Amino acid sequence: MNYFNTIGIGIAFSPTLKANLYEASRLALFFKSKLVLIHVGIHSHRKEKDIQKILSPFIEKNLDFEIVFKVGDPAEVILNVIQEKRLDLIILGALKRENILKYYVGSIARKITRNASCSVLLLIKPSVERVPCQHVVINGLKDEKATKTISYGFFVGSKLGASKVTVVEEITQQEVAVNVNDDRSLRRANIVKERISIREKSRVIKILEETPEEFKKNIKIKTQPIFGRRGYSIGHFAEVVRADLLVTNAPDKLTFLDRLFPHDIEHILTELPTDVLIIR
Amino acid sequence: MTPRKVLIKEFIGDLPKNIFSGFVVSLIALPLGLGLAMASEAPPIAGVITAIVGGLLVSFFGGSHITITGPGNGLVGVLLVAITTLGIEGAYAAIIFSGVLLMILGFLRLGKLANFFPSSAIQGMLAAIGLIILGKQFHIMLAHKIKREDTMDYLIEIPFTINDAIHYDSKGLIFAAIVGTVSLFIMFFYPKIRNKYFQLVPAPMWIVLLSIGLSYYFELVLHENNPIDKNYMISGIPHIDEIITKIPKIDFSQWATLDFWDSVVSLTLIASIESLLSIKAVDKLDPKKRRSNVNKDLKALGLATVGSGFLGGLNVVTVIARSSVNVNNGGSNRSSNFFHALFMLLFIVLFSSEMARIPLPALMAILVFTGYKLASPDTIKKVFSIGKEQFIIFFVTLIITLKVGLISGILSGVAMTLIIHIVINKNLSLFTRNLIKPNVLMYKEESGNGSFFVSVKHFCSFLNYYKLKDKLDAIPEDRDVVLDFSMCEFVDHTVMDNISSYQELFAKKGGNFEIIGLDMHDAESKHPFALRRLLTDSGLIGSNLTKRQRDLIQTSDRFGLEYHAEKNREISFLYDFHYFNTKQVNYIYNRLSNDNNSLNLFDVEYFEGELIAKEVIRSTMLHISLNDEIPSFTLDKEGFLERVYSLAGLKDIDLKDYPDFSKRFYLKGDDEEGITNFFGKDLIQFFESNNYYHVQADGAHLLIFNKERLATIKEMKILLDFGKRLKEVIETKTHTTSQTERNTEL
Repeated sequence: MNYFNTIGIGIAFSPTLKANLYEASRLALFFKSKLVLIHVGIHSHRKEKDIQKILSPFIEKNLDFEIVFKVGDPAEVILNVIQEKRLDLIILGALKRENILKYYVGSIARKITRNASCSVLLLIKPSVERVPCQHVVINGLKDEKATKTISYGFFVGSKLGASKVTVVEEITQQEVAVNVNDDRSLRRANIVKERISIREKSRVIKILEETPEEFKKNIKIKTQPIFGRRGYSIGHFAEVVRADLLVTNAPDKLTFLDRLFPHDIEHILTELPTDVLIIR
Repeated sequence: MTPRKVLIKEFIGDLPKNIFSGFVVSLIALPLGLGLAMASEAPPIAGVITAIVGGLLVSFFGGSHITITGPGNGLVGVLLVAITTLGIEGAYAAIIFSGVLLMILGFLRLGKLANFFPSSAIQGMLAAIGLIILGKQFHIMLAHKIKREDTMDYLIEIPFTINDAIHYDSKGLIFAAIVGTVSLFIMFFYPKIRNKYFQLVPAPMWIVLLSIGLSYYFELVLHENNPIDKNYMISGIPHIDEIITKIPKIDFSQWATLDFWDSVVSLTLIASIESLLSIKAVDKLDPKKRRSNVNKDLKALGLATVGSGFLGGLNVVTVIARSSVNVNNGGSNRSSNFFHALFMLLFIVLFSSEMARIPLPALMAILVFTGYKLASPDTIKKVFSIGKEQFIIFFVTLIITLKVGLISGILSGVAMTLIIHIVINKNLSLFTRNLIKPNVLMYKEESGNGSFFVSVKHFCSFLNYYKLKDKLDAIPEDRDVVLDFSMCEFVDHTVMDNISSYQELFAKKGGNFEIIGLDMHDAESKHPFALRRLLTDSGLIGSNLTKRQRDLIQTSDRFGLEYHAEKNREISFLYDFHYFNTKQVNYIYNRLSNDNNSLNLFDVEYFEGELIAKEVIRSTMLHISLNDEIPSFTLDKEGFLERVYSLAGLKDIDLKDYPDFSKRFYLKGDDEEGITNFFGKDLIQFFESNNYYHVQADGAHLLIFNKERLATIKEMKILLDFGKRLKEVIETKTHTTSQTERNTEL
């Protein structure tokens, strides 16, 4: 089974070009998928040559790739190519805040992330040398897409050779619904939390049973309930456990208000904890 | 018996203690009530009414257990302003309104509001209140009543009043001043006299008893009039019939004015802050370790304030001094508050005429002492020792509160704190960008005994402390908590201060609360509550040791080890271990070592990956040197090894004789035969019956650790113990094998 038949990456002739191309090609080989390189700009043989030169070690390994040249607004162009080529995954690079180790998603990438019809992989530190992916954290949030998110997460984890996957259930204060005032309410709140944790755990275990066996081979699976704000705390958790990849699902629709009062995915976009894969 | 019956039995069993405690508290509350009311320029009986109404209502509707309610010190300044601008009848209306506001705060669950004020600003405000009380009453204490516009003038004129007092020629004034001075001495020296019988009666009551005694002495023995000037005798104590029949008129006509609302808001603000601070402090004293329901208490205080206002009383607040007396005298539930009110009522009914014999200077001496306590030089010294910046905040709040008013004072304290934080960090965006982010993560660690792990990101100051507090409040105090600040760039004094009271609380209730990740933060002073900023890179660890580091010193003493806090870059010995093959060690610090350096426990900072993929990791590890060579091996569980991909070349070793052990642990190494021989029964048993650790051996050394984060003191102690015992097991083993080898050779 393969979830990602075609993957794409937008490229510009920047200092990180080589790192970006290497990361994308490696992923394409891991997933056994076709790689579409999207360059916003005019076609030239020189550019094509340059790209092919960088890709040569991967071409030797039979990388299936295609270069698309198109002029226009970068975000628009990439979104169009996603539609046209029926991409399953688009890879985007993150930016680093000056002199501190914090990453965020630039305006173009953000627009693509919000509007893309396919899954999005945000890389915080593309590198030429492979950095092994050891620990994948998956958002096991309860919604209709949870099953999909989890099986995609395991698919990616197994392809990248991860040794450990943690499925996180975020439990919000609203769910606990007991305000801690005194000893009695504290006890009650903890009982409720324990109950929710167990319930969530059994829900996730059930989903895990449905996940194809081949993706779970050689992977140590853990589940972890965390208490915090939805969408944000999982990023924090991924940072604390130093995960290499965070897999989460996309919110249904982002309105203007969502941007004004950031929540869910928007928090992660302003502050990438690690590489993030958003499943659609 | 049903739990309910047990509770009732316990309640009845505790009743005598609570009645006694209520009685002792009422002895203090009576003079204080009279004095506080007079200091606010309200009729003296108003203070007593406040205590009675507060005690009766809050003991039924409140949510705390051992607190005492009544008129508060902090409110004197605000009430004074309210009464002078609105008149006493208007002030009653303002009090009623503030009671309603307090109830609303309680219903909206805004008990956490008090956390939005920086500790130093609150200290400054309290000190200012202390000075207001002290400044005004000092003159009356020396029988030199003056009236000034500005609070500062009262303070400035203190020397003149002293000078005047020395040169009095009126007998009435001299006696008044002497009574005041003696009373002040009693207040100051009372705690120093450790006599069981003397301490039975609280200091304020001694003053009351002595001064009433003096008055009777002149009347009955000397058959003279009381020598103290009539103006300096307490006046206007009504008889109980009058109190009941003459309910004061309340004037709501000023409700639309700005002055009125200024008073209402100030009253509510100070009443809630004083109450919340007191409740928090008293909870720490509770012998039964209960948690107060703050919001329920606010509602009850509001209700009591409304009632008190209608009956001619003042704002009802929770008071710390009387509450601690309550605890010390065996008060164990709310009934003591009820009885304290009941006894006060009894005093008024039985002795209201005796009260007219109390001289004013005596009462004012009690207040001067309370004022002094709030603004004592010790408080100022303490604030200064925490840091210069805290002193600036404290001082700004103090001056503005004195000069302008309470609300402006506390607001300027908040503003000052904010500015100082921005200046210290040289970074505004740290605060603006992260203010609304939910920066606190809490989860229960699945491994071990399920301790709670709390991680804080970005910054943690009075601005967003409530988020951390919410999470911490949701943890039962008998559990283990690890609070990690390593991802937090800035932690302020308010947070450190509050966290330390959590630590105390957890320690008292059988839990364990540890802070990690602060050792890399720099502080300006040596005080444990100083604010801390993450150091990006500097060779030196700040001169201020963290709580963890000071605990380490203690631990090292207990284990007979030596402690070195400084960073040490002689780390080549670590590279002998497979684990560090792919990692770059930066330095080790917080090292504990024994005499011959054969045992080293340390925090280590190292990098995984390079350049942009570089990650900084800090962990705690134990390094042991053995006397004999042993085969190199790596022992592990849980697929931790997979992380260490460089081990790929090593062989997986299966111990045929111990299938259970082989199933539970991954054992790897080159010398299969040597390792199989080495892992004898004793060693297997040791590993199977102890905590799990990652153990690596490189010939004559062992490296032991388990988490890729810094360990807490508790975890370090367990690690030390594990290491020591492992060393013993290995050494007895190698010793006996070498002997048997020698035997076979022979």
